[in-house]
Amino acid sequence: MSIAPAADPAIRVQGLRKAYGELGVLRGVGFEVARGSIFALLGSNGAGKTTAVRILSTLLRADSGTASVNGFDVATRPGRVRESISLTGQFAAVDGILTGRENLVLVARLRHLRNPGRVADELLARFSLDGAGGRKASTYSGGMRRRLDIAMSLIGNPSIVFLDEPTTGLDPQARIEVWRSVQEMARGGTTVLLTTQHLQEAEELADRIAILHRGRILVEGTLEDLRRLLPPARVEHVEKQPSLEDVFLALVGEDGVDEVGVDDGAGEVGGGERAAGSGTRGRR
Amino acid sequence: MVTRFLADTATLTGRSMKHVTRSPDTIITTAVMPIAIMLLFVYVFGGAIDTGPEAASGSYVDYMLPGVLLITVAMGVSYTAFRLFTDVQGGIFDRFDSMPIARSSALWAHVLTSLAANLTSLVLVVGVALLMGFQTGAGGLDWLAVAGVLVLFTLALTWVAVVAGLSARTVEGASVFSYPLIFLPFVSSAFVPTTSMPGPVRWFAENQPVTSIVDTVRALFAGRPVDGSTWTALAWCVGILVLAHAFAMVTYRRKSA
Repeated sequence: MSIAPAADPAIRVQGLRKAYGELGVLRGVGFEVARGSIFALLGSNGAGKTTAVRILSTLLRADSGTASVNGFDVATRPGRVRESISLTGQFAAVDGILTGRENLVLVARLRHLRNPGRVADELLARFSLDGAGGRKASTYSGGMRRRLDIAMSLIGNPSIVFLDEPTTGLDPQARIEVWRSVQEMARGGTTVLLTTQHLQEAEELADRIAILHRGRILVEGTLEDLRRLLPPARVEHVEKQPSLEDVFLALVGEDGVDEVGVDDGAGEVGGGERAAGSGTRGRR
Repeated sequence: MVTRFLADTATLTGRSMKHVTRSPDTIITTAVMPIAIMLLFVYVFGGAIDTGPEAASGSYVDYMLPGVLLITVAMGVSYTAFRLFTDVQGGIFDRFDSMPIARSSALWAHVLTSLAANLTSLVLVVGVALLMGFQTGAGGLDWLAVAGVLVLFTLALTWVAVVAGLSARTVEGASVFSYPLIFLPFVSSAFVPTTSMPGPVRWFAENQPVTSIVDTVRALFAGRPVDGSTWTALAWCVGILVLAHAFAMVTYRRKSA
């Protein structure tokens, strides 16, 4: 694994443009992501989030502009970029015919790791999938598939991980599980670039947020920076109503119902409260 | 670099082979249709078909087996296109392409899997033909030559299937390319001698790839020395193979344009 000088940002994008025919999907996008941070590209459908991620992960060529990942230009040194990154695409890219464990072993083999079986078992345990490791991934729930997907992306310890709408289509519990995985990743020093259309998700996870709209970045900064763009808060008396999500989570509990391994339930609830407590409760 | 390509291709082939071994129905359905055609032609139409003096000595099943084998391959490669299409759609290909693995390993894995699955189906069909009274004077070398021609034909059609699988937008689109391939043997020397066909049809039948390949395999099975049709057959197979491979690589690269 190649390490560029530490002062370098993990990702640097300048003047990135991409058009399909007449349709300009990216119209001069630029941003930087510091090493070890979580960066959210926030935008609605069609804003250009996926296109940006595909260019950064060497799947797509930009029309103009430059992008470098881990100090390597994506256009001229795609091989080195691929050694530095891992991509979790918009749809959980797991092989449904293989078991969860086989999926992990497959990726470990492709990364030429010495002991693919042990790597797989460790990740199954870490993502609370150890009870389901021997089952075909096609039998997994959406949340479990996503966790397997993310686990596959962590094999070989890539220094930069791209997550393209990691929680789209997931139920609230599964979403919290994914958030926990992302936070854990960042704690381990991994740089995370995630795209999302959920405002709350960006608020919850990201160190810095960029709002991408119609192929351009409108604003970029920390949550505090973005808050300062609007008039300062006024003090109002508002009756605190629980949101539907608060009600839903209170009723069904926050530990994933799709869990097969129950043994680690205690840790899950604790983590869930942490993740949800800072974000969803008592803000409205 | 080469060892890396081989290792990655082996890993990915192992993975897509599991798709075949875990749904053996794909091999069986590949073989069922050609076997049904064989039963139909031998026991229903066969009595009324005059295969001419060339094949007078053998039974009709001897005459038509080569054509049925080609139909088997044409059926089989539609599954190759289907498997490839599912990989592209499901995002697994994006995962492979964003990893530091040897380029085109992912495609070769599908090609090798296709070869293994088709050879298995071919063995099944030959087995049924033997039960139906197929007889051959072919020696070990002749069988080897038949296998060689069929491998070459399978590889050629597989790369055509790769193009279809990579460029299709729907599941149906991924497998529909094989219909004309399945139909082609009917307008060739596979089931009736081309001399019985009217002018333009006969011209087409005699100049399309299937006839030369069928004639070659038939000659090998009969233990006859190979003639000019063999070279024509090899030229067709290699030509299709090279062209389809080039086209597949362009399609593969264009995905990232």
